[in-house]
Amino acid sequence: MRKPQFSSLRALKLPVLAFLLAMFAGALLIAFSDTASLKKIGHPWQFIKSASAAAGHAYFALFQGAIYDHGLATPHNPWLAFYPLSETLVAAAPLILAGLSVALAFRAGLFNIGAQGQFIFGSIAASYIGFHFHLPIGVHVVLAVLAAIVAGAIWGGLVGLLKARTGAHEVIVTIMLNYVALYFLMWILSTTTFLRPGRKDPIAPDVADSARLPHLAGQNFRLNLGIFIALAAAVFVWWLLSRSTWGFRFRAVGANTAAAKTAGISVPFVMTAAMVISGALAGLGGAVHVLGSDYSLTSGSAGNFGFDAVTVALLGRAQPMGTVIASILFGALRAGGGTMQANTTTPIDIVLVIQALVVLFIAAPSVVRFVFRLKNVKTGGELVAKGWNG
Amino acid sequence: MSLELRGITKSFGALVANDNIDLKVETGEIHAILGENGAGKSTLMNIVYGLVSPDKGEILVDGEVKSITEPSDALNAGIGMVHQHFMLVPVFTVAENIVLGHEKSGRIGQLHLEEAKAEIRRVSDEFKFDVDPDAIIENLPVGVQQRVEIIRALIYDARVLILDEPTAVLTPQETDDLLNIMRQLKAKGTSIIFITHKLREVKAVADRITIIRRGKVVGTAQPSSSQDELASLMVGRPVDLNPDKAAHSIGDVILSVKDVTIKDLTGRALVKDVSFDVRGGEVLAIAGVQGNGQSELARSMVNLEDHIEGSIKLENDEIVGESVRQSLHHGIAFIPESRELDGLIASMSIAENLVLDLHDLAPYAHGVQMSPAVVASEAEKKSVEFDIRLQSVQDPVSSLSGGNKQKVVLARELSRPVRLVVASQPTRGLDVGSIEFVHERILAERDAGRAVLLFSTELDEVLALADRIAVMYRGEILKIVPATVSAQELGLLMAGVVNA
Repeated sequence: MRKPQFSSLRALKLPVLAFLLAMFAGALLIAFSDTASLKKIGHPWQFIKSASAAAGHAYFALFQGAIYDHGLATPHNPWLAFYPLSETLVAAAPLILAGLSVALAFRAGLFNIGAQGQFIFGSIAASYIGFHFHLPIGVHVVLAVLAAIVAGAIWGGLVGLLKARTGAHEVIVTIMLNYVALYFLMWILSTTTFLRPGRKDPIAPDVADSARLPHLAGQNFRLNLGIFIALAAAVFVWWLLSRSTWGFRFRAVGANTAAAKTAGISVPFVMTAAMVISGALAGLGGAVHVLGSDYSLTSGSAGNFGFDAVTVALLGRAQPMGTVIASILFGALRAGGGTMQANTTTPIDIVLVIQALVVLFIAAPSVVRFVFRLKNVKTGGELVAKGWNG
Repeated sequence: MSLELRGITKSFGALVANDNIDLKVETGEIHAILGENGAGKSTLMNIVYGLVSPDKGEILVDGEVKSITEPSDALNAGIGMVHQHFMLVPVFTVAENIVLGHEKSGRIGQLHLEEAKAEIRRVSDEFKFDVDPDAIIENLPVGVQQRVEIIRALIYDARVLILDEPTAVLTPQETDDLLNIMRQLKAKGTSIIFITHKLREVKAVADRITIIRRGKVVGTAQPSSSQDELASLMVGRPVDLNPDKAAHSIGDVILSVKDVTIKDLTGRALVKDVSFDVRGGEVLAIAGVQGNGQSELARSMVNLEDHIEGSIKLENDEIVGESVRQSLHHGIAFIPESRELDGLIASMSIAENLVLDLHDLAPYAHGVQMSPAVVASEAEKKSVEFDIRLQSVQDPVSSLSGGNKQKVVLARELSRPVRLVVASQPTRGLDVGSIEFVHERILAERDAGRAVLLFSTELDEVLALADRIAVMYRGEILKIVPATVSAQELGLLMAGVVNA
């Protein structure tokens, strides 16, 4: 009934401008933290030249680390120049899934800060099935993925159940459950079941080859099936939200709980169901990360995926396609940030600043409107506020 | 003091809210401004009060042009306003509210209220307002809160008083009191601008009537004009305010409510031991002042309330204890009190709103897969059948006017097989044209042999539609009377007076 989200270009205006503005602010930061340029601050023209060169170099290095680096190509394998792009997609895949988890919950009126915890449980389940069992190829990986989905679904569903039954606010519950998940992970990594033989530090054994997601572009690239799983999930979420009766109920409850209830929709059921599916997506993200690229579970396995997920969902306006684009962008920033730090004097933290500024500009759209002299841009602010009002 | 508006024009984007409006209010005159919702009455008054600045035009007080750009200018010029939604701090006392913004304080910041209290007592006695300066606002009935607003205007020396839809929140008795207060103020030389869409009140109290339609003054009328004449001027076409009720053919009992008690979370009974029957082909109106348990009783018909005791039977089916969905599917059409809050989902499309209840059933869905094309084509059909004025069924329902929104709710609720129609304040805030439509549809359901349970706080509506009237007061049904009851007696019943 609503037009496919793929065509809603107008809705992309704010996120795109917010991103550009954040990149510009990032460039200013790079310029003003560049010691060589700062020495020339007495000569404005020289300073501008030097500063823009510094920012240009940094962003070029970011591009090299994220998309294409000619220097990596070898005579008999020119394709290696695309190694950074593969890294970007490897970083993006789990983020897409976690982002979809947050986006789906958003649309049902729930602010799922708990993607991190659900991601962690997915990782634990995938890792355990992956290293503990010896199963035929194909069966093993499917089983490990399914286990992660179930683990995430349970951890997410718990939130939905608590909200539906007791009215507990999902933001508080998910924040707390994130801690529970993190400390559970640390504890389980200290048990003999999970401890890698011969090691005392918290690292689980590598998952068996039969449980790994197949590589897509040969052994030189880490690119694996995970990205296709993520894209398939995005299509599924799009279908779910705009073409299925379940999604209809999610959106109805998300947009007006009272009216949905009056029309006979069971709000507690919808909230629980939305959180089960949301958790399943985040859990799947954990599986894609562990089975696709990391192979071993550590206390830092989940990184920041669950929290960046909130950002990309916001940036993608809680639309599946938007979330995918935002996740790939963030994947690129993450992959490129390392190269930028290595090749220039610009620290990787600048990437975090850019990410944070994007969120800030989306949440405060009047800043973007002011800078670009816009009128009537669809804002994302109501999305943020809505989540909290839950 | 006289007030004159010359050529006031104000547009919001493409919408011209006020188009070259001229208006003159003489000293000691009650001047009614009559118009439908959205006609531009409130914009005009906000301009006079300095809340909105006009694109063009001037405001003259006693023949002198005044520049009014903010409310303090209006106050200084002697113009006071009582808003439809009161501007009072609920937890403050009357005196504290009245001095708010003009407090007099001592050396260490302590409030000096004695002067203000004396002043309040003086005004209160002069007009027999019966307002205690030390009462807390939230403990006062709405009618008294309104008097506090009027006292505030008078204390700040308002000689032109603007009353914006002042009777919308009042009981019939409080309305009569207010009309008396208006007459007294007029006798003391205060001019009153009385904004309303209620014809009866206009006829009762106004000296002159200016009618506004679509931002323009379309005419002036005398209070001696008939209600139909006034309504026709207001709407711009002939209007018949008394819908034709076909002869009665009452059927069997369809709804049987027995000993229903509804409690809130704290265990307090909001509805107490209510029993009544509604037969097929009959409209039973539950009349009462807002807040006497009608909302809860209406919601309990489809199990939207949590703590319902007693029995609600639809023919042989017990409703109490079922889910909302089951109740609806037993054959109850439910038109909720607030279409914005409970009836519609603003951001979803008109088509989607039309199937909120049936979205997962054929033909709209097969299994979990919905059929957007079918949803859209059914919406097209319903928009014709229910005369919903829209551009596209894919537009968000928030793009519709109030009347069209209510038609969406009606279209959805009356599209299921229905035995009982529960309509809660079905015409609240609607324009005359939409009110006519809603009334016709409700009577059509009655004539088709369905039972209709109408909840309304509007006397005119109750008298026009009902076959029998049950008056609710403090959670109980005080009395069930035939529709031939006089408006006066009904008003007294609504105030809780049984043997008048």
